[in-house]
Amino acid sequence: MQIIDVLKKYPASQTSLLEILLEIDRLKDNHYISKEEVHMISEYLGVRTSHVYSVLTFYTLLSTEPRGKHIIQVCKDIPCYVNDAFDVRKTLEKMLNMSVGQTSRDGLFTLEETACIGCCDEAPAMLIDLEPYTNLTRDKIERILASYREVTL
Amino acid sequence: MKEHKLLTKRFGEIDPFSIEDFVNVGGYETLKKAMKMTSEEIIYEVEASRITGRGGANFPTYMKMRAMSKETGDMYLVCNADEGEPGNFKDKHLMEKDPHQLIEGMLISAYAVGANRGYIYIRGEYQSAVYLLEHAINEARKHGYLGQDICGKDFHFDLEVRQGAGAYVCGEEFALLESIEGKPGRTRVKPPFPTEAGLFMKPTLINNVETFSTLPHIIEMSGEEYGKLGSSFASGTKLISLSGNVKHKGLYEVEYGTTIRQVIEELGGGVSNGQKINMVQLGGACGPIIPEHLLDMDIDNERFEIFNSKMGAGAIIVIDDRFDLFEILLRTMTFFAHESCGKCAPCREGHIQIVKLLQKFYDTKVTYKDYESLVSLANVIHETALCGLGQTSTTSILATVEFFQYYYQQRIRQSERREWAL
Ligand SMILES: Cc1cc2nc3c(=O)[nH]c(=O)nc-3n(C[C@H](O)[C@H](O)[C@H](O)COP(=O)(O)O)c2cc1C
Ligand code: SF4
Ligand code: FES
Repeated sequence: MQIIDVLKKYPASQTSLLEILLEIDRLKDNHYISKEEVHMISEYLGVRTSHVYSVLTFYTLLSTEPRGKHIIQVCKDIPCYVNDAFDVRKTLEKMLNMSVGQTSRDGLFTLEETACIGCCDEAPAMLIDLEPYTNLTRDKIERILASYREVTL
Repeated sequence: MKEHKLLTKRFGEIDPFSIEDFVNVGGYETLKKAMKMTSEEIIYEVEASRITGRGGANFPTYMKMRAMSKETGDMYLVCNADEGEPGNFKDKHLMEKDPHQLIEGMLISAYAVGANRGYIYIRGEYQSAVYLLEHAINEARKHGYLGQDICGKDFHFDLEVRQGAGAYVCGEEFALLESIEGKPGRTRVKPPFPTEAGLFMKPTLINNVETFSTLPHIIEMSGEEYGKLGSSFASGTKLISLSGNVKHKGLYEVEYGTTIRQVIEELGGGVSNGQKINMVQLGGACGPIIPEHLLDMDIDNERFEIFNSKMGAGAIIVIDDRFDLFEILLRTMTFFAHESCGKCAPCREGHIQIVKLLQKFYDTKVTYKDYESLVSLANVIHETALCGLGQTSTTSILATVEFFQYYYQQRIRQSERREWAL
């Protein structure tokens, strides 16, 4: 779908801004909002580009920089932390050979940390493209990553 | 001790995708009952029930409804489904397992206060709740429970889901309204309160998912009957999100008056692997951390005033003796440093300093002076912050200074000894 088709789905008013940004982010393989897109959005909604940026940079689910095809978000809050026997974050960093905040060289994954995602009763937990994965073990993480790699190849 | 299931009674019994399932067990019947009552009669029942908001701030629900019912013209209903407080997952369960219960509660409120439009603001991380509620709203519309002339009467109301995009502060009511308006989620100065000037500066009733979901039960059983549940301090049932180092983590619905220890031991099965409870964090990151010997306190909000705090949204996070107080505090405060919206200086700058000081405690490189700075900063943020985020963020520090003073002293002494040994 073209950006213009996304825009047309929403009323041309500022209140649509966040929904539009989220939908464009979801549509794009590299999950970010480019300068050109900011201009198009600002023109369509009749708001300043600086306003679009102020919203875009405020919310952590959005990005102004290209990211990987799949966004992995590891939960870092207390209920997960005290149930994490093997260090989920370090395990992911090792398996993906990169640190939190980075994108893998093949562009497949970006690794991020997130605040609690409401899966504390099945801790430790993470999201991949906002899909929850819970009761994580080392084996499980390995299998999950493999499944994303296979589908993409 | 047993659960008292009211809001959770249909969980697992009905298919959340099926409005027929909901209707077959009496769903939307209470809406019809409410629509035979006057606005004042409904609000009277809510008052008699003594229910207070389940989103954390604990304000009497009927007061907001009454204030709204006096307004005229355009007004809005907003459901706060941003649930970002670490350790809480009750609203997710309510939306994913019984979405029509929430819609019915919103409809009853809308009818009582005279609102025609509503929004459910769901955090973007809860994609399955977004999906389920959008589906449920469409079904309700098809069946004549949303839209024009609801149940054949002169009552019009429609609902829309809006998503958050990863900002804890958007749970704060004004930040949430700003976010729906397409702005960064930064609070407004009050007054005016939302019931006077809320969304698009129109009167707005904003309630938590659990609060709205309770309304059909209040109308169904009468406010007086509902008010008999619970304790003399707080009426009704409360959903508790139990997590941490406990055998049976999960969601439990109990009457107010239940003690924290009962929830942990009788419902949660106690701590896992023969460890001992070291600390329990109540409410979430914004709540107090208390020692084991205080667990016989009940979950009534008023009792929490000794911490200058509230039970919040009902999280109980159990932490066993393998964990150090300062690593827990450090994580908690790092969370707030990240989530501060930056609008006021005490919160924007204060949390950065607090994190630095706690790092020193964690590294055993701390002095008595650092301790004094920590306590004074925690008090300054608590007293001068513009919104509830900063006003509550240092509760865990203030409570542990009181209840775990020993750990603070010990860490300072260990630091001194370490210094001498070098
Ligand atoms: C930083 C902050 C975060 C909050 N997060 C939530 C939340 O996620 N859900 C919620 O219902 N209320 C939250 N609240 C409380 C709301 O501001 C508000 O009191 C509540 O939505 C009112 O609904 P109630 O009366 O039904 O509880 C938060 C408050 C603050 C200060
Ligand atoms: S207390 Fe913190 S979150 Fe609240 S307005 Fe001030 S800076 Fe923003
Ligand atoms: S703390 Fe990780 S999901 Fe809640």
